[in-house]
Amino acid sequence: MKNYIYILLLLLSCTKGFTQQTPAANQNKSILILGATAHIGDGSLIENCALGIRAGKIVEITTSDLVKNQYDKTINAKGQHLYPGFIAANATVGMVEIDAIRPTNDLNEIGEYLPHIRTIIAYNAESKVVESLRPNGILSAQVVPTRGVICGSSSIVQLDAWNWEDAALSIDEGLHINWPRAYLSSRRSRTTDLKYNQKSYEEKIKSLGEFLKESLVYNQTQSKTKHLPFAAMKDVFSGNQTVYIHADNQREIVDAIQFLKEHKVKKIVLVGGKEAHLITNFLKEYDIPVIVSRPHRLPTQEDQDIKLPFKMAKILMDAGLTITIDVSGRMERMNTRNLPFYAGTFAAYGVPKEKAVELITLNAAKILGVEERLGSLTVGKDATLFLSLGDALDMRTNQLTHAFIGGKNISLETHQTELWKRYMEKYSRK
Amino acid sequence: MKPIQYFFTFVISFSTLVAQDYFPTNKGVKTTNSKQILITGAIVHINPLMQLEKGMILIKNGRIIDVGTSIEIPRNALVYHFEGKHIYPSFIELHSSFGLAALKGSSSGRRSIQYQAKRKGYYWNDHILADYNSHDDFKYDPKKAKELRASGFGVVNSHRKEGIHRGTSVLVSLNDVQNNGYRMLKDRAAQHLSFKKSNTSGQYYPGSIMGAMALIRQVYHDAKWYANGNAKNKDMALEAVVNNSSLPSIFETSNKLDVARAAKIGYEFGKKYIIKAYGNEYEQINTLKKLNPHLLVPVNFPNAYDVDDPFLVQKLSLNQMRYWNQAPANPKEIANAGIKFAFTSSDLKNIKDFLPNIRKAVQYGLSPERALAALTTIPAQLINQKGEIGELRKGALANLIITNGPVFNKETEIEQNWVQGQQHIIKPIPENTIDGEYDLNIKDDLYKLVISKSESKISAKITQDSTKLKTATKYINGWLTLRFSDSTNTKFAQLKSKINNVNNLKGDGNFFDGALINWNADKVESTQQKKVEIKNEVLQKILPITYPNNGFGYKTLPTSENILFANVTVWTNEEEGILENASVWVVDGKIKAVGDINNAQGARIIDGTGKHLTSGIIDEHSHIGASSINEGGHNSSAEVTIKDVINPDDINLYRNLSGGVTTLQILHGSANPIGGRSAIIKPKWGASADGLLYPNADPYIKFALGENVKQSNWQSYGRFPQTRMGVEQVFTDYFQRAKEYKAAWRKYNNSPKKIKSKLKVPRYDIEMETLVEILDGKRFISCHSYVQSEINMLMKVADRFGVRINTFTHILEGYKVADKMKDHGVGGSTFSDWWAYKFEVNDAIPYNGAIMHSQGVTVAFNSDDSEMSRRLNQEAAKAVKYGGVSEEDAWKFVTLNPAKLLHIDHEVGSIKVGKSADLVLWSNHPMSIYSVAEKTMIDGAIYYDLNRATAQVEEIAKEKNKLIQDMLLAKNGGAPTQKPKQKKIVEFHCETLD
Repeated sequence: MKNYIYILLLLLSCTKGFTQQTPAANQNKSILILGATAHIGDGSLIENCALGIRAGKIVEITTSDLVKNQYDKTINAKGQHLYPGFIAANATVGMVEIDAIRPTNDLNEIGEYLPHIRTIIAYNAESKVVESLRPNGILSAQVVPTRGVICGSSSIVQLDAWNWEDAALSIDEGLHINWPRAYLSSRRSRTTDLKYNQKSYEEKIKSLGEFLKESLVYNQTQSKTKHLPFAAMKDVFSGNQTVYIHADNQREIVDAIQFLKEHKVKKIVLVGGKEAHLITNFLKEYDIPVIVSRPHRLPTQEDQDIKLPFKMAKILMDAGLTITIDVSGRMERMNTRNLPFYAGTFAAYGVPKEKAVELITLNAAKILGVEERLGSLTVGKDATLFLSLGDALDMRTNQLTHAFIGGKNISLETHQTELWKRYMEKYSRK
Repeated sequence: MKPIQYFFTFVISFSTLVAQDYFPTNKGVKTTNSKQILITGAIVHINPLMQLEKGMILIKNGRIIDVGTSIEIPRNALVYHFEGKHIYPSFIELHSSFGLAALKGSSSGRRSIQYQAKRKGYYWNDHILADYNSHDDFKYDPKKAKELRASGFGVVNSHRKEGIHRGTSVLVSLNDVQNNGYRMLKDRAAQHLSFKKSNTSGQYYPGSIMGAMALIRQVYHDAKWYANGNAKNKDMALEAVVNNSSLPSIFETSNKLDVARAAKIGYEFGKKYIIKAYGNEYEQINTLKKLNPHLLVPVNFPNAYDVDDPFLVQKLSLNQMRYWNQAPANPKEIANAGIKFAFTSSDLKNIKDFLPNIRKAVQYGLSPERALAALTTIPAQLINQKGEIGELRKGALANLIITNGPVFNKETEIEQNWVQGQQHIIKPIPENTIDGEYDLNIKDDLYKLVISKSESKISAKITQDSTKLKTATKYINGWLTLRFSDSTNTKFAQLKSKINNVNNLKGDGNFFDGALINWNADKVESTQQKKVEIKNEVLQKILPITYPNNGFGYKTLPTSENILFANVTVWTNEEEGILENASVWVVDGKIKAVGDINNAQGARIIDGTGKHLTSGIIDEHSHIGASSINEGGHNSSAEVTIKDVINPDDINLYRNLSGGVTTLQILHGSANPIGGRSAIIKPKWGASADGLLYPNADPYIKFALGENVKQSNWQSYGRFPQTRMGVEQVFTDYFQRAKEYKAAWRKYNNSPKKIKSKLKVPRYDIEMETLVEILDGKRFISCHSYVQSEINMLMKVADRFGVRINTFTHILEGYKVADKMKDHGVGGSTFSDWWAYKFEVNDAIPYNGAIMHSQGVTVAFNSDDSEMSRRLNQEAAKAVKYGGVSEEDAWKFVTLNPAKLLHIDHEVGSIKVGKSADLVLWSNHPMSIYSVAEKTMIDGAIYYDLNRATAQVEEIAKEKNKLIQDMLLAKNGGAPTQKPKQKKIVEFHCETLD
């Protein structure tokens, strides 16, 4: 207990002094961004683009010579690249601040069927990890729960906010299910018996099925006593909530998707899918979008193609699937800022560059159900976009000069840039 | 031969041998029996090379007193005739725990780790049990003995499989009749070792294979020191090591790489270890040839995998599948390499598989002579019992097996096993069988009698005019009894017979009506020949081995070539900077020319149009290619070295090549303030563990600071230090002790000869030796570090002892003390952008590299991660993004600068004439996200080629498919199968404990 308090004290003493960047003020003036190479997000490109922002929305997009409207302010972006804000799918930023310190962890809830659990209310809009995503072009994220069989609801947030309500773009948009494991092996030893885990696998599926059936019945009738988990399933059956099914093994993926279809789940998205390349026909037949594992991971087997993690996007896209990138994995929160480079890596292995941009913009917005507001430089959508000195999918040239969220010109400073400047200042004093 | 006479008599001369001859007796008159036994008529295999057709063996008092073809038969000899049989020396098992009970484990949890030894008056480590003698606990186990004899064994060397030094074994013959006084051939036959800790104690050290190796070495040093009377105290364990030093040393290992590791220690200390091997020695036969240990080779050949579940089949690696195909040829390969070996049954689940598997080894090319030697003469020699056992010669123990054919023929059975002159029947001699069909005549009535399995669970069927009559039968000690009912099943007849002639059974009995009758039964025709049950397994064609023996291995290793990279953009990392449209010529592993080259004679030209050529990436901080990373048993582990535990088969080495990595430092983990010594390697895919080592590189050691050494992030409160304050004192303490250690040795070494002989010799301490190297500036420190206070502290401690810290690795708050680092002269090897995973990286910023660089610190980016290390080119680019380092300088963060930090920049790290040809051809600007390494060259040999890697994926699929087909065939042919297992690749990081 003593240590516990020390850790808390340490945390408090440390966070004092550096707080998160102050959210940007409302943008009352209209802005014209002129001359940039615009990566629209739908796979297309406009050179020498003109993009107008008014009242937080994109009101005009054309080439520089064809601007129709008048704007209060013009940003000369010649030589720069304009992108819709990148969207991090299946993220947990803002849910844990420091991995090793349990008091900062609000992700690991206990229990198996937790549809009533919601990430949005624990999302830390002032997280230092969250602010570190913005200078790399990530301006919104899906914040997901991860524990249990039914883990709870995710929400979409924008990354410049005073609090979670302010951050929320789409609350409780998705329900996350961790599909049971069909094949089990013990963790410690280096060679393990691998076997089809028939009994427990089938039991777990059965019990999940019962839960779905009961909640369906519950929501079709009027019950006097409220059952929080069942009630939380309502939007799944109405189709207002997407079910994100987390599975990697090909057998599990097939089982899961057929199961969800049988249980009248309307919108299904596969998350992870490390073996999705083996069943692309099946996924196409059921028209399942995939949030595919990030390329910065190792092959799952010794003699698997050493480049397979890099090639996954191309393989799935060639099969006609709609995909975006799953940012989860080892040290996923701090690594979320590398999302543009995940897309870049997929581009290095066969995905055309503009399509790679589309992966983390329009595709992400479509899959996460926010394409009306986000995902492309399209008139009517939120002016959530940024300017970079160069190709934003490449580390060398991902250098943001401006970023707007809902038309607000946000700060690109972070706790980290402040320390950088502070110590460069220290050394310059000598 | 008179079969009936001894048919069920297991032991003939029981009464004559029960008491030692100088013991008084009160049970009668004390007589001496000078009985002799003569065995004659069989083909006698005296040893693997000598045999006598119709040989004779004369036995007295359990020993062979004569062997030949014309021995005069003594008058008092019992004569046994074995015409048509073969007689071999019985087998010897050297790696058994026969008669010794296994101990239950005592484990200590992570919360309450036991760091100290429990035993007092012994060595400081409880797993050094050299003082243990297996004969103290030995209890003869007749049941096990019977099983062993049935497999052909006559003598076993048995030890308690507990500990690293396990003490001595006992050599016993499988003599059921006499007591230990006779059967114990040697009470301290051999000393045994292993890398495994004992269940007798929960002491945590050694917590890794490298710790176990260091411990074994230290014990040898200490034993020598102790033997010379330098210790102040008595140490029973060391004393035993000293006393047992002339015994053979048998070393148990349980995986491929450990076999070579044990051999290496033996080689270092001039000890010819007898190593219990693993079964895939063919994968590293050249390494073993060099170290040339003796081997005990197991024959637990893997069963084919059950490949019915297509999902599970996919999880099998080619290495696992090949093992099934290649393992039976292991003994042959070992024999061909000229390594002396004996067989052991110790890894077999079922000892009945022993002889069949040896036959399989013979089928797969091992010569029968070698096989027999590995069962008899060689183990006898290894256990210093040549002449006593293992051969059928004059003076040897009368330990022999009698078979009905050549022993390695599939159908041959062991019929008898004689131990110290005592006969044991394994297979009753077929003449005794009364299996068959008989015409049974009782009182003019004719019945049909069919007898089967008369040697075991006899059953009989009696029919009359095709009516089945209920029948019961027994056959004991030569007496056959038959009871059967009449067709109404209400009356019974009872027949009995003492069998004399198996073709004509005669006897008497009571008929249905109770009348006494005589009966006889004539054999009509022998029932169908018993089908030989041995399934005819398909002989597999052995697939070629690759190096390493997995999917991406090489059939022949890459060699250095004469190559010209032409028309390529060259990143020299030298003053010349980046050369457009230039060439680089490689000859004999070195860079011969750079720039405009027109005279590249004999060179293969690789066109680099549109591509970039750089020197290879160097990762200062990696944990791949090792079998263990942390020795967490003590807060200092300077005695261990990663060089001991290199794993050249790790697929991550190949994956690193695919990312352009040509040199790595494999560091010990960060469990302790003073960690272990590191290994600098080049990922030469296919080379042996030692072949990977960077030759003549300066030696390094890992130090660590902060949360890991304080054990802050798991619930462990028992080990000093728990705070950064304590960490400082650990360093101060060890450096101080090392200083004093050095002084003590200097004083001793500088003493005049006269005095020296009277002085006690200081104790040689591997750990202190290592620290003295640091003090002497001969070994360099790479220290895991995070926050500024501790970084500052270590520099100050080092200053006090006149040491310069070479590298701070991780060094995430290096930017806060970059000026102090510059002053101290220490480099920083950091992560490009890691942070937020624990408290001490809260202020870690991606600008760290740029800031340190700006203050003149030599900066490198490292991986500490098997995934990131294959894309360090992307990480270098982050120095451009975060802090605006120039592209050329950023590129040096992963090439020239780490080379400087590792003191190898005179050989690698840039493209310069005379330097090693460690080069990477990139499809694009090397730091571009879109760039892919197409070729990776080390010392002029192309170890990675993108096209080859891509093509290999197909090859792997093809070979796997072939093996699946073969396994299905084997399964359908009735071969036993095993369930698929997944080989896991352990990913090591700084914090990974073994």
